[in-house]
Amino acid sequence: MTEANLTPEQLEFREYAQRWLEENAPPPPPERLPITPIEVMTVGQRDYLQDWQYKCFAAGLVGADYPKAYGGHGHTGFQRIANQELNRAQVPFLINIVGLSMAAPTILHHGTEEQKRKFIPGCLSGEEIWCQGFSEPGAGSDLANQRTSAVREAEDWIVNGHKVWTSLGHFAKWMILVTRTSKDDKYNGLTYFLCPIAGHAGVTVRPLVKITGETGFNEVFFEDVRVPDANRLDDVGKGWAVAMTTLLAERGASEGAGSGGGSGSSAIADLIELARNSWRDGVLAVDDPVTRDAIIQRAIVGEGLRQNGRRARVAALCDHPMRLPLQQKLTASEFQQDNARLGVEIAGASASLYKLDPRAPDAGHWPLAYLNSYGNTIAAGTNEIQRNILGERVLGLPKSK
Amino acid sequence: MNTPITAPRDFGFGEDEAMLRDMARKMLSERFSMSRLRELVAASPEPVYDHGHRPSWDEPLWKEIVELGWTGLAVGEAEGGSGVSLAGIAGMVEEAGRHALPSPLVPTLSASLVLRAADSEVARQLLARVAGGATASLAITNERGSWEPGDAPLNATDDGEGLVLQGTARFVQDAFKADLLIASARAGEDLVLCAVERDAAGLSFEADHIHDLTRDQASVVFDGVKIVPGAIISREGASVLRSAWPALLTLVSADLCGASEWLLQATVEYAKERVQFDRPIGFFQAVKHPLVDAMVEIDRARSLLFHAAAEIDAGSAGAEVAARMAKSAASDAAAFISDRAIQLHGGIGFTWEYGLHIYFKRNLHNQALLGDGVHQRKKLADLLIGPVGSSGILNG
Ligand SMILES: Cc1cc2nc3c(=O)[nH]c(=O)nc-3n(C[C@H](O)[C@H](O)[C@H](O)COP(=O)(O)OP(=O)(O)OC[C@H]3O[C@@H](n4cnc5c(N)ncnc54)[C@H](O)[C@@H]3O)c2cc1C
Repeated sequence: MTEANLTPEQLEFREYAQRWLEENAPPPPPERLPITPIEVMTVGQRDYLQDWQYKCFAAGLVGADYPKAYGGHGHTGFQRIANQELNRAQVPFLINIVGLSMAAPTILHHGTEEQKRKFIPGCLSGEEIWCQGFSEPGAGSDLANQRTSAVREAEDWIVNGHKVWTSLGHFAKWMILVTRTSKDDKYNGLTYFLCPIAGHAGVTVRPLVKITGETGFNEVFFEDVRVPDANRLDDVGKGWAVAMTTLLAERGASEGAGSGGGSGSSAIADLIELARNSWRDGVLAVDDPVTRDAIIQRAIVGEGLRQNGRRARVAALCDHPMRLPLQQKLTASEFQQDNARLGVEIAGASASLYKLDPRAPDAGHWPLAYLNSYGNTIAAGTNEIQRNILGERVLGLPKSK
Repeated sequence: MNTPITAPRDFGFGEDEAMLRDMARKMLSERFSMSRLRELVAASPEPVYDHGHRPSWDEPLWKEIVELGWTGLAVGEAEGGSGVSLAGIAGMVEEAGRHALPSPLVPTLSASLVLRAADSEVARQLLARVAGGATASLAITNERGSWEPGDAPLNATDDGEGLVLQGTARFVQDAFKADLLIASARAGEDLVLCAVERDAAGLSFEADHIHDLTRDQASVVFDGVKIVPGAIISREGASVLRSAWPALLTLVSADLCGASEWLLQATVEYAKERVQFDRPIGFFQAVKHPLVDAMVEIDRARSLLFHAAAEIDAGSAGAEVAARMAKSAASDAAAFISDRAIQLHGGIGFTWEYGLHIYFKRNLHNQALLGDGVHQRKKLADLLIGPVGSSGILNG
């Protein structure tokens, strides 16, 4: 659908993006790709995806709205269009998810000129993979309960501690790292760093295995790791505020530096196709009234999410400016989860088959997508925490902490 | 979904539409407060429930509304109306829903949208009357309560001078407030739409004894009602109704969205004030989280509502899908917040006096009107998946 809201330049860019994606869709991957960037396991997958992100970046579909000085393309209002087209085109996803939707926006907001020039270009091109070192064994939902310490020593900081659930840590050159620099104050005692990971002395990355049986995230140990003060983002003690910038970007309240691709947007068509090929009690699932109702419920939620995105930009139809943006993480992750669960239901007994079973429908996508969907309802602040935030920040209900 | 047509900027909800909405909001909050609503329609349950009286409504306020031109919003400028877009109308109807306004506003707007779709000389004359302040309602639902535009409640026979209507139209909204009915009747292969004056010979109104305190509803009996050729709006009634249907769904969805947002805000306010276990109850997540879920559902419904209005305004082929999605989402969102609103207010919410039930019942009524969520999704499945049995593979 075209929109009258777009400037002629933006309309032209949309056409360009569509054409470019049509003409430059990458060849099939050398091995099966996971569903989302946080499950990339092998070097083969990584290289293929890094190559794809670089092409998108060079074509102007990534970093579209970022200043040229930091490796971007210097436009306004182009990124949202690029993200939509990447989603629509059913091309592979952009691997550097932490770089694009967390590190780059945070550095752009809080970084020094030197930091912006040094770190943002690698986020956009995908040449430097980033990971996020926020969660710890004792700091999950209660993120400020950080134990990993950073102690000043001349021009460096010495970091000791233990991070968990670190997606992409196994491929990361850099980590956005929250540390404790003072025990006197829970929130004001935190400091934020851009920490080298791959090959850096004292850093150990160990894979963790998920419920799918696959790896994808890690735990990261820090033993007397030296981080230059030049890699400190914003002031000492400001780490909580900086982390909030990251979380807002991560939860999809802004366009970020680029996102999209993957198979999310085709879910409804895929569910219908699955139902055309699955049987329920002697009839095709696609003719079963209950299944039809369930699929249409999903279609309505999907269209609702799309239209929320449209309405969020019509101030006259938004009573509270953050009411729709803050719903993004909650609604998108539950949409994916409910779609996947329905796919499992429709596939029936065949949903029992793992991806390597030759009889598995859609190569075993649905049960794996369902298992994986909990990653997104838990990560980036669990959906219970999202409901707290919405209840408190938007509805104004009393705070739970 | 895939519309080749350019979708209007901002759903077509620009400055004029916002001004209209804000005016309606201001006027209704000044003139039609919750206490006024309560005193008007729910001073006591006896008149309506025990004695079957029709619920009261504020006729002087309605006169002002007519003077402000709200009833002529859907009438084109050529017929003396203001020809406002459906997006603008939806914004205004949301305000009527938010105030649970008892009035023939939605039925009259619905009738005008059908007349516009008919696009005949007779229809244009009737539209001019509506722009001049006449109220109207649709008499298009049969004994079975069918929401199929092709299922007429009445039969028409030709007596040489014109048509004679026989039968009973059910679930006619605000029938007792309507100057004019738009009735649909089967005449052989055709479905005719006729204009019938409220005092026409052979016409009688049997008030339904209903729960909703913010409207009246009737079974309207047509016993040999004569229709002169000058009162025949269209002989292609089914296709006229079908093309107006998305707009009718949108109006009811707008009312549901407005009323649901009111219930949400009222419950949020209560949850901030009511203290139990030394804390405002909104602190507890069993209270907080469902309110967030209700907000998410209402927001989905509102986004789909304005999407539907924009699709209809653009004449898009996706209008029916968009409108049925909006009605499904709005009906379900309304059911959820109505339920939580009563529950989370505790005992006070269960009392007649407190008045939440006024909104609960208005929503319950509108949820069913023109088909609930399940009904809309059944229609959507046919449109988006294809009819049952159309997959080309033999079942069995
Ligand atoms: C796939 C995946 C990838 C991840 N990637 C990263 C990463 O790259 N970097 C990183 O730093 N972290 C990452 N995380 C970690 C993620 O942010 C945390 O798992 C999340 O914040 C929850 O913390 P927790 O696991 O300690 O659960 P807990 O905080 O212990 O929560 C357990 C349960 O209690 C509920 N709960 C807790 N507090 C409240 C409350 N106040 N109100 C209501 N319910 C509550 C939670 O919702 C949850 O259901 C990832 C997680 C997953 C699953």
